Amino acid sequence: MLELYALLIFMLLGALIAVENHDLLSSVIAVGTVGFGLCIVFLYLGAPDLALTQLVVEILALVILIRSTVALTVPETYKGREFLAYLMTGIFILTLLFFSSRALSSLPSFGAPLMKVSKEYIALGTSRTGAPNLVAAIMFDYRALDSLGAAAVLLVSILGVITILRLKGRK
Amino acid sequence: MGGIRLIVKTITRITLGIIFLFGCYLTFAGHLTLGGGFAGGIIVAISYILFVLAYGEAAAAEKISRFWAGVIMCLGLLLFIVIALWGMWDGYFLGNFLPKGDPHDLLSAGTIPWLNLAVMLLTGAGLFLAFLLLIGFEVAPQEERGT
Repeated sequence: MLELYALLIFMLLGALIAVENHDLLSSVIAVGTVGFGLCIVFLYLGAPDLALTQLVVEILALVILIRSTVALTVPETYKGREFLAYLMTGIFILTLLFFSSRALSSLPSFGAPLMKVSKEYIALGTSRTGAPNLVAAIMFDYRALDSLGAAAVLLVSILGVITILRLKGRK
Repeated sequence: MGGIRLIVKTITRITLGIIFLFGCYLTFAGHLTLGGGFAGGIIVAISYILFVLAYGEAAAAEKISRFWAGVIMCLGLLLFIVIALWGMWDGYFLGNFLPKGDPHDLLSAGTIPWLNLAVMLLTGAGLFLAFLLLIGFEVAPQEERGT
């Protein structure tokens, strides 16, 4: 449990440095440390499938971000309205803390009851779908509709990129 | 500078096929071990991105152009939807209609390997296309630029 807290503090520090840094390239690299820390957290929690996906996604995102931000390291500053921004941030954080503490107090404690559905997945997953990898069995058999939605979201987001980065505007 | 380019190109040429094959392995063994279509597709996209970074977009356009990357991306989602609709023949949407086979065989688990393949096509071609669009854009000539 101690390693998890150390990794979480490391990721929080990385996120803070990414926000507060004025050099864009350093910020991108600090964001990368957050992602790789999350990858190690997944490994500690016993989810190698998620860790692998997180690793490759992080590498691809870093390559794209570095390649597209390294040319335009222009620091942008916003003057004025800082007090209002801090005030609104504080109000939102307090509201979030209030409602999440209400919600968290009604949840069962961490990891205590293994859910009924996941028990059935573990017991019957391989014999019903024929796939020894339970993650694949859940993703592409039990919850295949979720995967279809995720794939459609990916396609639509890339279509959006194509539309925005079109060379010639449409009249 | 020229020496660095040579080293990068040589190492890319050696490792490119291995990276591509690893992505394909993760895809087709996704129902047996770790991996799956999404991770495999990203690694396939990374192999093409490595090629673009080492050799330039002009050389990559001879292998696969933006148009065909978009076509393959759409074919991936189309394959997913066709398999999903095919399941309705036997009962319900996204039903696992193929025979289950023996566990730990390459062709087992019904439709799961084929859905992995569809997701791999979509993810690989789509993310490679997104990379090309974000990185390799050209600045429009002065008269075509909007105000």
